[in-house]
Amino acid sequence: MPMTITEKILAAHAGKEQVVPGELINARVDFVLGNDITAPVAIKEFEKIGVPDVFDRERVTLVPDHFTPNKDIKSAEQAMLVKQFSKKHNLANYFEVGRMGIEHCLLPEQGLVGPGDLVTGADSHTCTYGALGAFSTGVGSTDLAAAMALGETWLKVPESIKFEFAGVLKPWVGGKDLILYTIGDIGVDGALYQAMEFTGPAIENLSMDGRFTMCNMAIEAGGKNGIIAPDEITRTYVEGRCKRSYQFYQSDPDAKYDKVIHYDASRIEPQVAFPHLPENSRPVSEAGNVEIDQVVIGSCTNGRIEDLREAAKLLQGRKVHKNVRMVIFPGTQEIYLQALREGLIEIFVESGGAVSTPTCGPCLGGHMGILAKGERAVATTNRNFVGRMGHPESEVYLANPAVAAASAILGRIAGPGEVE
Amino acid sequence: MELLQGKTWKFGADVDTDAIIPARYLNTSDPAELAKHCMEDADPAFPARVKPGDVIVAGKNFGCGSSREHAPIAIKAAGVSCVIAKTFARIFYRNAFNIGLPIFESPEAAEGISEGDVVTVDAGTGTITNNTTGKKYRATPVPPFMQQIIAAGGLINYVAERMKK
Ligand code: SF4
Repeated sequence: MPMTITEKILAAHAGKEQVVPGELINARVDFVLGNDITAPVAIKEFEKIGVPDVFDRERVTLVPDHFTPNKDIKSAEQAMLVKQFSKKHNLANYFEVGRMGIEHCLLPEQGLVGPGDLVTGADSHTCTYGALGAFSTGVGSTDLAAAMALGETWLKVPESIKFEFAGVLKPWVGGKDLILYTIGDIGVDGALYQAMEFTGPAIENLSMDGRFTMCNMAIEAGGKNGIIAPDEITRTYVEGRCKRSYQFYQSDPDAKYDKVIHYDASRIEPQVAFPHLPENSRPVSEAGNVEIDQVVIGSCTNGRIEDLREAAKLLQGRKVHKNVRMVIFPGTQEIYLQALREGLIEIFVESGGAVSTPTCGPCLGGHMGILAKGERAVATTNRNFVGRMGHPESEVYLANPAVAAASAILGRIAGPGEVE
Repeated sequence: MELLQGKTWKFGADVDTDAIIPARYLNTSDPAELAKHCMEDADPAFPARVKPGDVIVAGKNFGCGSSREHAPIAIKAAGVSCVIAKTFARIFYRNAFNIGLPIFESPEAAEGISEGDVVTVDAGTGTITNNTTGKKYRATPVPPFMQQIIAAGGLINYVAERMKK
């Protein structure tokens, strides 16, 4: 029977010839992760199970990225729990501040997750790794605890929706715009419990970084996972990087989908998602005059090197508007260093921006860029819920790094074309 | 099987995990601390006024957003006996079962119940009775595997049992 890429990966990890949507399976996990918010709860639960060790010390990692560098004593204590657990169980990978990055930028970069993997993580944006052609999904802390003990997890096989993006992208349009456009079209529960498979010429030509951005936001449409079939672009990225063997899966041409949705990607403009849901997206040209107080460039959605290059292209030789603070968060130390070597950091600082060590920081309203009552931010992050970046009466507008940079320069939501 | 009864608090569609428990309070995982801020950004009066047994009734996609288990933990620790919604976001749905917060999917009940109504839910049969109006609703049945998790008293007990075998 024909299967989708998601079904094939799930079948392989459940030791089955085939699986069908709706079926409950017990599947082997290749890798599991948590962070300094979710891991402390998972550790408590793990200890209740009463097993001496995690299932495989090479395949479990807990990344302290949310409130680190520790923002206060309580956060420091949470991070310490993570460190102590990592030491006690001799986990092969522990990332202390200075080597740490935002988990969903860090794990693919370090070659810890790869094509064909089944990954579960106690963080909703674990769906990011679908960009590599893996099945990857977010779970809660208790599920993480169980997976750390068993090396397997129960899953319901999702139905798949196929999204076909035809055409060539306009200038300054990237993965962020395609996914914001998609969520705007189907809504924040448009893919509830389903797999979102991104295909078509525009995806085939999309860089690895752009693909990560797209799969990262599958959860913002309620999706269980986002996935892109691996190809030569994927191979170039994983070769020499992946620490384990990997496998390329493809959907069968006659695989069954719940829906197939076609978009003409050549008509999509840079998007902005208005408060307070990612589905409130519209072309930046229709944003109107929205003055802003803060710009955040970074996060697991758009904190990769290409994102920083995009922003730097516009910021070079220009200044951040006097009423705006711009904060830049490279996703990992490696990205930071690369940006430094390419001169991007210099461009950011010269333009009047603040550059931070990697952290989730403002993305979840944790620290390092919190909004006051009534303040507005343009952010390259993935959520603009009420209170997400600070005061419940502040506002977050989601956009790609070029729109964020243009907005920083003009002090209002602006398209890249307005400063070029 | 257990009867859950309480006064209802009504919320709209797409209540996200930041509304249930804002990230600024996630530097702790202490349930009592989390309960103090439960639903704060959706209704600032909620944490102070919610009574043991009260029921949350909401629209579609309840619990969307982050995977934080602190969300169902906060609701449970606030004394809420169960959540009834039109639909639930996927990770929240899993988390609620795993930690033992009873949740019921019923579009009709979510529409038909008004704020302040008193409801009784039979967790065994999934029957929701609106004591204020006398109307009865049926929740979508829970898959048998998830019933096993509930019967074991949550996922961790279920796994611990399995590891012993
Ligand atoms: S950057 Fe934001 S969305 Fe990504 S893992 Fe961190 S808090 Fe979550």
